[in-house]
Amino acid sequence: MWNWEFAMSVLPKLLSVIHITIITTILAFFLALILGLLLALGRRTRLKPLAWAVALATEFIRSTPLLIQLYFLYFALPVYGIHFSALTIGVLGLGIHYSTYLSEVYRSGIEAVSKGQWEAATALNFSRWKTWTKIILPQAIRPITPVLGNYLIVMFKETPLLSTITVVEMMATAKMIGAASFRYVEAFTIVGLLFLLLSYPSALLVRRLEARISLK
Amino acid sequence: MNMPLATKEEATPAAGRLTPVVRYQNISKSFGDLQILDGINLDIAPGEKVAVIGPSGSGKTTLARLLMTLEEPTSGTIEVDGELLWHKRVKGKLVRANEKHLHRIRGNIGMVFQHFNLFPHLTILRNCTEAPIHVLGMPKEEARERAVEMLRKVGLEDKKEAYPSQLSGGQKQRVAIARALVMRPKVMLFDEPTSALDPELVGEVLAVIKEIAREGDMAMLLITHEMEFASEVADRVVFTDGGKIVEQGPPDQIFGDPQSPRLQSFLTRFRTKR
Repeated sequence: MWNWEFAMSVLPKLLSVIHITIITTILAFFLALILGLLLALGRRTRLKPLAWAVALATEFIRSTPLLIQLYFLYFALPVYGIHFSALTIGVLGLGIHYSTYLSEVYRSGIEAVSKGQWEAATALNFSRWKTWTKIILPQAIRPITPVLGNYLIVMFKETPLLSTITVVEMMATAKMIGAASFRYVEAFTIVGLLFLLLSYPSALLVRRLEARISLK
Repeated sequence: MNMPLATKEEATPAAGRLTPVVRYQNISKSFGDLQILDGINLDIAPGEKVAVIGPSGSGKTTLARLLMTLEEPTSGTIEVDGELLWHKRVKGKLVRANEKHLHRIRGNIGMVFQHFNLFPHLTILRNCTEAPIHVLGMPKEEARERAVEMLRKVGLEDKKEAYPSQLSGGQKQRVAIARALVMRPKVMLFDEPTSALDPELVGEVLAVIKEIAREGDMAMLLITHEMEFASEVADRVVFTDGGKIVEQGPPDQIFGDPQSPRLQSFLTRFRTKR
C-alpha cells in the first residue's frame, strides 16, 4: 500500500535528477530543430541524389522504433571506436529520431508560403540564402511554432526510454529505488506526477501561443 | 522624355541608334504542348514606355515573367542592356547561364505583380529596405532614407510602420511600386497591376504609375487591360494574340486606326464590354 513516509523519503532523490530529464529534453529538442530544418531543406535541394538520400534516411528513421535506435547507438558505436557518454547518446538518439518528424512540420510550413513570395524575392534579386533566411523561413516557422512546441512536450515524455541505456534520469532512479526497497508504487507514482506537473502547464502555454498566432 | 517611337514600318525602332534596354529575339515559350509565345521580337529603348495589350492567354504576362527570370524561354534570347539574360556565349555557342550570371543581369529589372506579393511579416518600411540592405549591401540609414523618399512618392510615408495586412489593396500595390523603385531598375515590369483591385482603388494606383512614367528615365513594360491608361502613358502599344505580336505602334494609331482585323475585333469587344 501507499506509504507517505517512504514517498517523502524518496522524493528528494527523484527531484535531484529532474534536471537530467529537462536538460536532455532541451538539448535533444534543439538538435531536432536544427537537424529537422536541414532535412526539410535537403529534401528540396535540386541535387536529386541528395534529396533521395535524405528522403530515404528520414523514412528509415521514422519507421523504426526509437528504442532500437538507442540500443543501436549505445552498443554499436563503441564497436567502431566511437565512445560517447550514455547521456550524449540519449540526446543524439532522441534528437535524430524526432528531427525526422520536425522535418515534416517544417515542410508543411514552407509549402504554406505562397509562390508569390518566392517570385517577389526573385524580382528583388535576393540570393537563395537571403530568400530563405529573410523571406521564406520567417513566414514558414511562425505558424508552425505551436506544433514544434507540442513536439517538445512529446519528447519530454519520451525521456524515460533513456533509462534503458543507463542514463540516470527520473525513471532510472525510480527503478533503482524499487530494486533496492521492493517498493515500486511510491517512486513511479511520484515520477508520473512530476511529468504531469511539467508537461501540463507547458501544454497550456503552447495552446496560448496557438491562440495568439491564429489571431494575427 | 521623348523616345523614338516605333511604327509598323520600323520593326526594330531603336536598333543602330541606341542599345535597347531590353531585346527579345525570336522568343518562344511552351508549357508542355501549350505554346504561349511564338517567335516574339521586341525591343524596348532606354526610358521607353511600352504597353502590352491583348486577350487573356495571349502570352502578355509570360513576356514579363521571362524577363524577370520567373520562367525560362523554350527558345530564343533576351538581352538586357546589350547583355544576354538567360545565356552566355562560350566559344561562339549559346549555353544556359548560371545563377550568378542571372543574378547580375536581373539587377537591372524590377517588377510589380498583380497580387502585390508584399512580405506580410515585415513592416511597410522594411518591405522597402530589405532588398537594398541585403542585396545591394546599402547601409541601413541610406536604405531607410531612400525607402522613405519612395514611399513619399507613392503617398504612403505615414504608413511606414504599418504591416501589409493593415493596408487596402490600392495601398499595397503602391507600396509594391515603391519597393521596386528603391532598387532603381533600368526597366520596370508591371504585370496587370490593377487587375486584382476593387474598381474604386484602380485610379490611385494608375495615378502613381503615370506620375513615375512622366518623371522617369526608367523604361517600362506595362501589361494591362486598362486601355485609356495605356494610351496616356505608353510611347508604344503592342497588341499580342495567340503568342505573337500582331500589331504595334503609337497609342493614337493602335486605338484610333487599328489595321489588323484581330486588333479591330479585340477593341470592339473591349468597348462593348464597358
